[in-house]
Amino acid sequence: MADNSAAAVQVNAHGEAHNPALLHHFAEPQQQRDAASLGMWVFLATEVMFFGGLFCAYLVYRRWYFGDFAAASKTINMGYGATNTAVLICSSLTVVLAVWAAQTARRTLLIVSLVITMLLGVTFLGIKGIEYREKFVEHHVPGASFSFDKVPIPGHPGQYANPRHAQLFFSLYFVMTGLHALHMIIGLGIFLWLLTMAWKGRFTPEWHTPVEIGGLYWHFVDIVWIYLFPLLYLIDRHP
Amino acid sequence: MSEHSKSSPLPTYFAVFFALLVGTALTVYAATLDLGKYNAAVALTIASVKATLVALFFMHVKGASEKLTKLVVIAALFFLLLLLGLTMTDYATRLWS
Repeated sequence: MADNSAAAVQVNAHGEAHNPALLHHFAEPQQQRDAASLGMWVFLATEVMFFGGLFCAYLVYRRWYFGDFAAASKTINMGYGATNTAVLICSSLTVVLAVWAAQTARRTLLIVSLVITMLLGVTFLGIKGIEYREKFVEHHVPGASFSFDKVPIPGHPGQYANPRHAQLFFSLYFVMTGLHALHMIIGLGIFLWLLTMAWKGRFTPEWHTPVEIGGLYWHFVDIVWIYLFPLLYLIDRHP
Repeated sequence: MSEHSKSSPLPTYFAVFFALLVGTALTVYAATLDLGKYNAAVALTIASVKATLVALFFMHVKGASEKLTKLVVIAALFFLLLLLGLTMTDYATRLWS
């Protein structure tokens, strides 16, 4: 092993043709890129199962307590959810622009796209924070002070939601949106790192793997929200 | 590097972006209609179309040179559907409860 690596270094020192962006165990840049994105996709597959368990729990309880879930869902502000969906879609656009900028060596566009993506991510979390605050004010946070009295079940006049079942909805709401928000915070950290790398000019058309892989992560988080929005906010909204 | 000198992908990106915004507006509008038991189906269909657009065009699953990537995506979906499908075949068919 030691002999091999020493030999490899020597070859480089002699200035023989070797792409500095290519690691030794890959035959060509395309293979290196494919390996990196494959690894990211395997990680995203585990994330699908991670969120999948929560979606599964949600489905079971939504079937059992549909009326209570519909009543609870109607108390969440749909406008915040819809705005946040649009914010995330915009951020996904700036992420593909960032990847494209890295591929085509446009440093300014890359930096601007990364900054806008992060601003949109912070906007999402800010709106989420306002929404959470309202839940605390309304005592809709599961726990000792939870209260959900006399909330009518949509489509069933004179019937009120069972607070215990509504509390289950809010537990799922906070765990699912909370886990999603945690992913957003991690995503912001990754993008801050990408930004410093881009600022130093580390990315080239030959090597910009972190931008591509960070982008995959951001898009995945967007996809999770694409499902969370209708499932949590829009159960039964018609008048 | 030849793979990067193809025609610009930007028109596709912007088309997908607008489709996603239209899908969001559509899903909000559909939620205000009384479609009975089809409300959930409509919402999930729109969400799945949006997710597919993001995966295919933004995450470059379409045009991925490595077939293994597509295999991983399909495997993830398969096991997710297995999880949800088999669970619901149990809970949705408990006629005694």
